[in-house]
Amino acid sequence: MSQQEILAELAQIVNEIAGVPVGDISPEKSFLDDLDVDSLSMVEIATAAEDKFGIRIPDDDLKNLKTVGDAVNYIERAGVSV
Amino acid sequence: MKPKVLVTGLGATTPVGGDVASTWDALLAGESGVRRIEADWAADLPVQIAAPVAVDPGEVLDRVEARTLDRSQQLALVAAREAWADAGLGAGSVPPERLAVVVASGIGGVLTLLAQYDVLKEKGARRVSPHTVPMLMPNGPAATVGLDLVARAGVHAPVSACASGAEAIGLALDLLRAGRADVVVAGGTEAAIHALPIAGFASMRALSTREGDPREASRPYDKARDGFVLGEGAAVLVLETEEHARARGARVYAELAGAGMSADAHHVAAPEPTGAGAARAVELALRDADLSPAEVAHVNAHATSTPLGDVAEAAALRTALGDAAGGICVTATKSCTGHLLGAAGALEAIVTVLSLHNRTVPPTRNLDDPDDDVQLDVVRFEPRALPEGAAALSNSFGFGGHNVTLAFKAV
Repeated sequence: MSQQEILAELAQIVNEIAGVPVGDISPEKSFLDDLDVDSLSMVEIATAAEDKFGIRIPDDDLKNLKTVGDAVNYIERAGVSV
Repeated sequence: MKPKVLVTGLGATTPVGGDVASTWDALLAGESGVRRIEADWAADLPVQIAAPVAVDPGEVLDRVEARTLDRSQQLALVAAREAWADAGLGAGSVPPERLAVVVASGIGGVLTLLAQYDVLKEKGARRVSPHTVPMLMPNGPAATVGLDLVARAGVHAPVSACASGAEAIGLALDLLRAGRADVVVAGGTEAAIHALPIAGFASMRALSTREGDPREASRPYDKARDGFVLGEGAAVLVLETEEHARARGARVYAELAGAGMSADAHHVAAPEPTGAGAARAVELALRDADLSPAEVAHVNAHATSTPLGDVAEAAALRTALGDAAGGICVTATKSCTGHLLGAAGALEAIVTVLSLHNRTVPPTRNLDDPDDDVQLDVVRFEPRALPEGAAALSNSFGFGGHNVTLAFKAV
């Protein structure tokens, strides 16, 4: 899966859970500061991403995922199996 | 001297209407919101009727906004926004430090609790929603409304089963009289139509098991009554000090003149048979409102359609109102709406306020053969006119032995 494909799938998840328009979701955006995704919704997004990409995101890693780009890189490195 | 407290905004979403206007019209026409539950989960229940809201909150609220709110919170938000707009208030109309919220629920987020328990059992702990706790806590609806309207004078959620909505309004009255807020958004909400609450109430033998047309099951004061019908919905009032309301030129529906509260300390669920505790709540409300029984033209009764409760309340009214009881017309809103538990007292407060404001009392549905032990003038078949300048009471009682009476005066 390419970074573009991961971004597209992740954007769908963020849109579904937090209502952020897909077009607003780009790698440099901060989940909290730019997209207004609170910590509870972030947990939901992580759970949905785990299911979607077949990975596991431990809490210690989740707290370091500040931007959409951070998440895309993490998912890519985690070895997408889907 | 106590400052006067006025009702300046009304909002509701109920089994007979998605807002106050449609609910009022349906009540005047004696329409019922009770229907058969067609869902699979009801197939094996001893009771398969309920009174769901006429307009689903999902049709009104934004999808993303709704998905982190329990249904009880969604309903409260719909009613609160209607009440706020109805009062002529907008964003920032009241300084947050002078605005309080008191929104009660009898049971809280039971639908969320049960749904997430299913997730826990089927998918494991990691799949339980991070929104579970804020959605199931009984103060959740008050918090939702407080966040939406930006209320910082205090956000409260009294819990007293089926008296909760009325107790919220009584607490709001206290806050305004004590000078802790200028405006209070107060009411109740409930969303508990699910197999477990229905099974629990049915095991208590509290629910109607009447066969046939579901619309005939809720029949307060009728000889053939056999229990209440579980309803859902929310009702919210905007209450203000007279000074605040007059200063902004607010439209006034009625005065919230007083409240009376008592407890039975008799049994956790059964009504005290003589109605002594309920009578004391009525007497305290009259005293608080500086009313004599002869000044009361109307009572919106708690009357849920249970065999014991309806006659105990009737006895309480005859005790508290004495000779004046015969000249007071009574109605039972639950004949149309079913029992909205923690929202019931708030909805019936709105119906009482509108009865005074419109000088018309909606009829009690399904009262074909009045119980001889009731001995009250219950309005049936057609609405009844009220005189100008009347006062009215609204009763609410809850499991736990909670008794609340609210007193309103026409303005």
